[in-house]
Amino acid sequence: METATVISTEKLTKRFGDFTAVNEITFDVHQGEIFGFLGANGAGKTTAMRMLCGLSNPSSGKATIAGFDVYRQTEKIKKNIGYMSQKFSLYEDLTILENIRFYGGIYGMNRKIIKTKSVELVEQLGLKEEASALVRSLPLGWKQKLAFSVAIFHEPKIVFLDEPTGGVDPVTRRQFWDLIYAAAERGITVFVTTHYMDEAEYCNRISMMVDGTIKALDSPANLKKQFGANNMDEVFYQLARGAKRNT
Amino acid sequence: MADVILKNIIKTYNKGETHAVNDVSFAVEKGELFGLIGPDGAGKTSIFRILTTLLLADSGTATVNGFDVVKDYRTIRNQIGYMPGKFSLYQDLTVEENLSFFATVFNTTIEENYDLIKDIYVQIEPFKTRRAGKLSGGMKQKLALCCALIHRPTVLFLDEPTTGVDAVSRKEFWEMLKRLKAQEITILVSTPYMDEAMLCERIALIQNGSLMSIDTPENIISHFPQKLYSVRSGQMSRLLTDIRQFPETASCFSFGDAHHVTFSENKNLPHELMTFLKTKNHYDVETKEITPTIEDCFIDLMK
Repeated sequence: METATVISTEKLTKRFGDFTAVNEITFDVHQGEIFGFLGANGAGKTTAMRMLCGLSNPSSGKATIAGFDVYRQTEKIKKNIGYMSQKFSLYEDLTILENIRFYGGIYGMNRKIIKTKSVELVEQLGLKEEASALVRSLPLGWKQKLAFSVAIFHEPKIVFLDEPTGGVDPVTRRQFWDLIYAAAERGITVFVTTHYMDEAEYCNRISMMVDGTIKALDSPANLKKQFGANNMDEVFYQLARGAKRNT
Repeated sequence: MADVILKNIIKTYNKGETHAVNDVSFAVEKGELFGLIGPDGAGKTSIFRILTTLLLADSGTATVNGFDVVKDYRTIRNQIGYMPGKFSLYQDLTVEENLSFFATVFNTTIEENYDLIKDIYVQIEPFKTRRAGKLSGGMKQKLALCCALIHRPTVLFLDEPTTGVDAVSRKEFWEMLKRLKAQEITILVSTPYMDEAMLCERIALIQNGSLMSIDTPENIISHFPQKLYSVRSGQMSRLLTDIRQFPETASCFSFGDAHHVTFSENKNLPHELMTFLKTKNHYDVETKEITPTIEDCFIDLMK
């Protein structure tokens, strides 16, 4: 593939005292790729993600995100990425339009552009009538779809999604992936964690973290071949079963 | 007599504006492992809180062990174990202190019922002097289960015990539940993970406060109204769009490495679909009839 590399890490490591949370992880993610970042609880996913987002200083190793260095250019990284998690994304006591305007403003977007783009967005999402309603009043599925759209509103190079579909109903979960595909087609790189193994199949490539290291990294089809497994659930089980930290 | 009975339970919030539970009735038999399956916001937690006497329903009645959840709430609280969805132990007490606290509150000791929690507790015992707030997610979950069991409850309420837990730990957790069931404890468990439905004896599928179906997982699957086909090719994203263009397609959803498809009017149409897909330049399409999963049934019932 001749596409640009947007995430590149080399022996990236994070230690807390004598505990090595992330141990020399090395991988690349390409532009427009949907990259699944999987692992057991406590494997080090969140710590790794925090370093990639410029929120936590690595102990050693190298990494560039959208071309910026994770030690020296964390503010530039933050401007060029989007982030969404299941837990916190939108302000419940602001309206849909206010949330969009707020995030657009935080990312330094021009007022006029925010105005026209937010009208487009609520129309696209079919939320025109609810645009002035408080986010609190939206069903969870809609909140998650809106949160994702807000996370990519400033056209970031990369969007980090931390369990974006947890607890969402099965139909909305699939609609959410339609949005992910559409973003990837527009060239936005998607870096996603999930506990749903069927969703692992929707990623172009997947990394599996166990006890702070990346134990496997390939396309779902190749991983299944490599581990002689019928589905990603079995691949995950084979890899994570031996985890020491997973108790 | 059933251990847990709900009759026409209704619960609203915000002065009647938000309908959390809409006229829900079901019963859980003694010793049964019963699953309440549905997404966030379906009403699962409201039902649990009503049954554990922590919340009053607007109308309807419910009993646990034959006791009324309103009148006899003190008796019920002594007899049940409850593990809320949100970690609710004392973060600044150690593992051992939490457990002995809950034992004391219920007028018992760790020793008295140790056999019940032994299998689970030995896994966290090496960390018994660690504060609960410093435990990993998996360990917190095991400690919470021990604390809910320490007074040997007759009915155990587990509200989303596996949410946010990885696939391996989830499997282990269900193994633990099976062993508890063997001890004749009635278990009512909720989960948003449809694959866990198969591990329950009976399930209720719930969406927007209403039950869509109550039965054994096998019966729910056998009542799936149409034939279901899995369809796959090398270009899954484009394939999804094109299958949906086929005029006889009734539904088409992604399920991991395959799309699950039903056709209108219960016709057997996979061959016509293949011909149609060839006109859209799909040549490597594989299709076969499959048994639906609970998630297929859930999606179908949501219509």
